[in-house]
Amino acid sequence: MEQQDLSKVDEIIDKYESNSESLIQILLDVQNEYRWLSRPILSQVCERLDIPMTHAYHIATFYKHFSLLPQGRHPISVCLGTACHVRGATRLLDRVVQAIGIEPGQTTPDEKFTLNTVNCLGCCALGPALVVDGEYRSNLNAKELADIVASAD
Amino acid sequence: MPKLKSLLDLEELRKGIIASKDPSKQCITICSGTGCHAYASEKVADTFASELEQQGLSEKIDLRRTGCHGFCERGPIVVIFPDEICYLSVKPDDVSEIVSETLVGKKIIERLLYVGDDGKPITHENDIPFYKHQIRLVFGDNRLINPQSIEDYIGLGGYEALGKVLFEMTPEDVIEVVKKANLRGRGGGGFPAGIKWETTRNAPGDAKYVIVNADEGDPGAYMDRSLLEGNPHSVLEGLMIGAYAIGANQGYIYVRQEYPLAVENVGVAIEQMREYGLLGEKILGTGFDFDVIVHRGAGAFVSGESSALMTAIEGRVGEPRPKYIRTAVSGIHGRPSNLNNVETWSNVPLIIKHGAKWFGGIGTEGSKGTKIFSLVGKVNNTGLVEVPMGMPLRDIIYNIGGGIRGDKKFKAVQTGGPSGGVIPESLLNLPVDFDELSKAGSMMGSGGMIVMDEDTCVVDVARYFLDFLADESCGKCIPCREGIQQMLVVLNRICEGTGREEDLDTLADLGDMMRDCALCALGQSAPNPVLSTIQYFKEEYEEHIQNHRCPAGVCKELINYYIDPEKCQACMICMRNCPVGAIDGGKNIVHVVIQEKCTKCGTCLEVCPPRFGAVSKLSGVEIPEAAAGGIKVR
Repeated sequence: MEQQDLSKVDEIIDKYESNSESLIQILLDVQNEYRWLSRPILSQVCERLDIPMTHAYHIATFYKHFSLLPQGRHPISVCLGTACHVRGATRLLDRVVQAIGIEPGQTTPDEKFTLNTVNCLGCCALGPALVVDGEYRSNLNAKELADIVASAD
Repeated sequence: MPKLKSLLDLEELRKGIIASKDPSKQCITICSGTGCHAYASEKVADTFASELEQQGLSEKIDLRRTGCHGFCERGPIVVIFPDEICYLSVKPDDVSEIVSETLVGKKIIERLLYVGDDGKPITHENDIPFYKHQIRLVFGDNRLINPQSIEDYIGLGGYEALGKVLFEMTPEDVIEVVKKANLRGRGGGGFPAGIKWETTRNAPGDAKYVIVNADEGDPGAYMDRSLLEGNPHSVLEGLMIGAYAIGANQGYIYVRQEYPLAVENVGVAIEQMREYGLLGEKILGTGFDFDVIVHRGAGAFVSGESSALMTAIEGRVGEPRPKYIRTAVSGIHGRPSNLNNVETWSNVPLIIKHGAKWFGGIGTEGSKGTKIFSLVGKVNNTGLVEVPMGMPLRDIIYNIGGGIRGDKKFKAVQTGGPSGGVIPESLLNLPVDFDELSKAGSMMGSGGMIVMDEDTCVVDVARYFLDFLADESCGKCIPCREGIQQMLVVLNRICEGTGREEDLDTLADLGDMMRDCALCALGQSAPNPVLSTIQYFKEEYEEHIQNHRCPAGVCKELINYYIDPEKCQACMICMRNCPVGAIDGGKNIVHVVIQEKCTKCGTCLEVCPPRFGAVSKLSGVEIPEAAAGGIKVR
């Protein structure tokens, strides 16, 4: 595995003045920057903040936003909020699973897509909804999903 | 930007802002809340900007991106001032026509207006039934201001209440007013805010904290997000008034990372307040110092609980603790900390401005003021609605929500999210307030209102909430961690058709245990969705258990898709669309679902042309055997 450039991690920690109380905020910024929290990243954070690794792992596994595995270039989040659920979110999720061939929480081997489920995107009028590459889409059918898969790089 | 050093400075600034605005000048406002954003309102706004530029109208006509208007069903929403012409579902392609016809030509484009039940178009936002029956005290300014402009807020009387508090009232006076108004917490429990404030004020300790809970995690509820996105200063002003009353100099806003626009708009608001000296030391020249830190939540439903949220702010895992000592006495770093939700804080400036008596004139005996609900699910007008407490459910769902989608039959409405319950049709006249909802076995919660029709299975909905909670339980206490799991095991088997006679009693026993023994409200209220559905829809559970039938046709293991040979025209559409090749037949040969292969995705039912209507769901009955060798279409 090639060496990760950790300079951004240092920049983020500097922004929070190496304050260990800001651990969650630091990890959020790091996650957004690198799309996942690798072991070298976490050990760098812990060293700079002078905290044990267990503490960082505790946080990174407790909160949903963090990922200890590499994420795909095109994140897909299917909303399973209540409004979407009663409007057929499970069937939408089935179609997505069928289209990209992975289960929620997984990343395709080519690191193209990561599929996740979320509990309410707050756009209930669109339900059942999903977000792909930051774009909100409503009740996509099998053909539309196939188009997304085909057009992603 | 000069710092405001006195009340006079603030009033001069306000006068200047108002004087600089010509009320007769045309202004295009575009809703940029998350709902409209999902409908590409940004593209509409950008197209307006370039169209105005091209036609040389940028100086003459203002363009404003506002917060959420609430009518998400028909976004993107465009309102043109001063005539308040409201266009719905506006597409970028409509923009040039709006500019040339309406803004320049002063003509109304009928096709973009709301059409009433009588077929007549409605021009003004406030005349549309969705808005007409609401009282938008807290949410109303969203449509008038750019949330990233503190000047817009000040121009509408913003920070006037703060001035009044700092210069005319003692902290005790403020608490007295909030107590008298009987403002109850909008986040779930409905605890009186004034009493909480007083406890925090009286608790020993020099350093105290005030916190905005914007960790809105209930699936299907998004009013706090829209308020924080659309009018962040109203929340911050409320927070500051609370800080003054309580004696706190430090505030926190705990907002979900999943709400990027809310995080951004709150950040901008705080920056602007600092520039004007509305945050920092000696605010408006008084002895009051105050500052705010934004803490983004990293995704944990349980962290919305007050003690858990405060632990998360300290940079630790957000798990609840036993509350023998309230957070009002010992919260962040063991110091007195007062937490209220977004909507609660937003009510505070209104109460200070208009008085406790005014506030007490709205609502019911025990629940004063208004409440914002997110009206979603199988209802025609999905969106955010603000109504006085006590409005009957029926009025909210039918007069504002426009009834049930697709002329289906109303079945139930779910309130209070994973901690709440369902309310059946027989209770539709229930006045909606804190106490009435609790009496009916549900709760107000943060204000999610999910409408369900006859095609919704309540057992499946109960399982859905438990599944959610099983995922979100922090696991610290056994009653919650194991109780939810075991209830889920029982519900799963009911939904799969292997339910047992004694299952309903088992669920009730587990529910009682969790209510009594769980550590925090998440576990204590987790049985509510199950117990309330059993209370009102016992027959539906019994159908699942005894007859292995899901009357709504939702529970996958209990349904089969079936093609009626009398109706099938052998058009091949379902055969081609079936993702697993589970349909047999051919040209002119009636199609048959191969049950062993079928994954029950429902595609065949969706694609079968309605004029044939040959595909249906069967539940609890034998599937008729298909004729061997296939039959020809008649």
